[in-house]
Amino acid sequence: MTRRTVWRKTVNTVMLSLTGLCTLATACVLFFILGYLVWHGARAINWDFLTKLPKPVGEAGGGMANAIVGSAKLLLLASLTGVPIGFLGGVYLAEFGGRTFSFLVRYITDLLNGVPSIVMGIFAYTMVVLPMKHFSTLAGGLALGVMMIPIAVRSTEESLRIVPHTLREGAQALGASKWKAVATVVVPAAVRGIVTGIMLDLARVAGETAPLLFTAFNNRFWSPGWNQPTASLPVMIFTYAIAPYEDWHRQAWAAGLVLLSLVFLANVTARFVLGRKLSSAAG
Amino acid sequence: MASKAVTVEEARPPVRMRVFLARLRAGDEVAHLVTLVFASSIILITGLLVFELYRNSALAREKFGWQFLVTRTWDPVFEDFGALPFLFGTAVTSALGLLLAIPVGVGAAIFLAEMAPIRISDALTFCIELLAAVPSVIYGLLGIFVLIPILRSTVMPFLKQTLGFLPFFQGRIYGVSLFAAGVILAIMIIPFIISISREVLLAVPREQREAALALGATKWESTWQVVVPYARTGIMGSVFLALARALGETMAVTMVIGNDPKISSSLFSPGYSIAAVIANEFTEATGDLYIHALIELGLVLFVLTIILNGLARLLILATARKGTGHP
Amino acid sequence: MSVTNEPLILNMATDPNRPAKACGKHLVEPGSKIRVMDLNFYYGNIQALHGVSLGIEANRITALIGPSGCGKSTFLRTLNRMHETVRHTRVEGKILLDNENTLAMDVSILRRRVGMVFQKSNPFPKSIFDNVAYGLRVNGTRRRAELEDAVEKSLRRAALWEEVKDNLHKSAYALSGGQQQRLCIARALAVDPEVLLLDEPCSALDPIATAKIEELLFELKKQWTIVIVTHNMQQAARVADYTGFFLLGRLIEFNKTDVIFKTPARKETEDYITGRFG
Repeated sequence: MTRRTVWRKTVNTVMLSLTGLCTLATACVLFFILGYLVWHGARAINWDFLTKLPKPVGEAGGGMANAIVGSAKLLLLASLTGVPIGFLGGVYLAEFGGRTFSFLVRYITDLLNGVPSIVMGIFAYTMVVLPMKHFSTLAGGLALGVMMIPIAVRSTEESLRIVPHTLREGAQALGASKWKAVATVVVPAAVRGIVTGIMLDLARVAGETAPLLFTAFNNRFWSPGWNQPTASLPVMIFTYAIAPYEDWHRQAWAAGLVLLSLVFLANVTARFVLGRKLSSAAG
Repeated sequence: MASKAVTVEEARPPVRMRVFLARLRAGDEVAHLVTLVFASSIILITGLLVFELYRNSALAREKFGWQFLVTRTWDPVFEDFGALPFLFGTAVTSALGLLLAIPVGVGAAIFLAEMAPIRISDALTFCIELLAAVPSVIYGLLGIFVLIPILRSTVMPFLKQTLGFLPFFQGRIYGVSLFAAGVILAIMIIPFIISISREVLLAVPREQREAALALGATKWESTWQVVVPYARTGIMGSVFLALARALGETMAVTMVIGNDPKISSSLFSPGYSIAAVIANEFTEATGDLYIHALIELGLVLFVLTIILNGLARLLILATARKGTGHP
Repeated sequence: MSVTNEPLILNMATDPNRPAKACGKHLVEPGSKIRVMDLNFYYGNIQALHGVSLGIEANRITALIGPSGCGKSTFLRTLNRMHETVRHTRVEGKILLDNENTLAMDVSILRRRVGMVFQKSNPFPKSIFDNVAYGLRVNGTRRRAELEDAVEKSLRRAALWEEVKDNLHKSAYALSGGQQQRLCIARALAVDPEVLLLDEPCSALDPIATAKIEELLFELKKQWTIVIVTHNMQQAARVADYTGFFLLGRLIEFNKTDVIFKTPARKETEDYITGRFG
């Protein structure tokens, strides 16, 4: 064995080990994040946290019940706006679309997907907050809803495309019109993929903070109806984390754990339901 | 055999049938129309978004023109606004983030695509993709309470000691800094680089690797000198996507960057990014010009991300074509 | 209906003795269940069927054979206008079902009267019951009692009832390949068609399942008119009363099965049957 060969073999071992190290490091970050949150957050989660309103500034104790409910309301509104548009848009692309218009729709949907979340917040601000002259759950819900559209469209379209053509044909051969075949056979066959995609979509917007900062804003009390500003988990985490109060930091960890658990639950469920690996959120 | 001329009567469906026919055909038309309307609404919403961004930044655009992009001052009191500090902060933190993320990300992608057995690779990739699902604000939370203390107490002094001759690593150490933002951005974009690069590497035809190995190359040489260059465009695409993502990152950056609109050569100094300043100052903004200036910043950010995303998609598309043997 | 040993149908396009323009006349028995006259079919600019004319007899099994790509499946699909589910297809000529022009009918009604079973069984991801009931529901039947009757009747006709009667609410995917194909037959029969089209129904099945289906077809022809496309000549010889041989989009020969297989009139037919190509 020449010296050159020895050198090459060494380089081989070293470089390949380094790549393994990179992978390990990245995976470790995940476990670290999880572990740290569980460690700090679990200790802070108690009945009070889940059911009480925040105490006045500076006082210890209290909870984030209003933020939990607020996030739920925001997500409900987001689904009501984002899901129909995303789903029906996806159906159009998969079943009815003509070539050029479909291309345009897909391109614009991708464009919309790339819009930074803070810009989405500005959009909702100009469209809802300005005319209403105050912050509201409605504005926040709409911002999140628009953010949901691109991923809902893509997952619907992909799930429908996977359904074999033979099922459509079978339905039409029995006399079903095209839309009936789609509605009664194709969509039910694709429903798993569609629901999973929407679930992941919801999990993603559930953690978004930036679009809420000047739409739903924040609220230290309950926010009845849809016209008033509301607290939400991500915004509370942000507010409490940058504040100087120790007790607020503790609650921020708890909220972080709650939020992360929900997000991870959705992702892991999706993986097992779909039975294949998820594609990255960036794609 | 006799040949017969065949007369055929056209079938005429009775009236009841004809109404049924019309309704049936209408069903398909209606469905097409309804889904078309919803698909078009997406285009409408996007157009509206661009329009609103443009319209609501009018005051600032008119007052400052293109100078806006190169002015250093950000003075709400005297209503003099310039985007340069934020462009600087965004650029520096993103660049640092990429600098740290690309080697680690591509390295891990190589491991997952070339070395690891497929099931371990899938499981690890899933874990890493979970990182992409972690909300930005939680990264920020960990940034404030874990990353910054570590940086301030260990990493930054170490860098200052060893590389202090470079202007980047001089100056006072606060903790919150461009450097911290760069590091946290790196952690946040690594999963994207890994995910896409891994897929791109897996798509490289086996024959390429085998050709190199058959010539006596080591596994590393085959990977680094043949496979990675083949997938080079796709990997670049993933980098652009990651960059586009980094530009728009708001919360984690806001929580660790220091929120100071200064331009400095030191990475240890606090800074500000476009997304961060909008997040922090939007609700405090007094006066229409202030808000319009912030919205103009949003417009700038929007345009940057669109361009980057567009480029990224072209690059990834180009690799996909190559892999299937198309020109 | 007179039957001789000459081909029943003259295909103008391939008879070298006829002048090129004599495509207007064709010999089609007026009593046929389905009459196809001078059918041309196009995928975009490519012509896939050239001047096909034939008659499908009621309550008989007609087989269409030929090498891959000869157009037999394309032809079959024009009979129930399934070609319309694909873009850029065009049909010229006439197809008559009991003297009614199928190309002018409402397509949903046509497909109720002319049912189809596909090459690879394609049961819906629903229960066995819902699969068979699908056609009925789509065409308006709602009442539970009616559906249950019809489902049982169809499953019996398809010789599947005994095997599934206790599991009607299980998923159709739990059945074996052969059972799934019989389920698809039951599903097609449930809407009470007059004609049943089968596109290579046994190509994905093992010999035992194939035999079951062939047995079934003998039973079914008592009540229905059957057209079957098959790449398996032995199957055509076993099962069919009439056979048509397609080649390169043209109907080369059409006659009683015995004649086609024992004394074919055309050289191409003879070559195919004796295995010289295809």
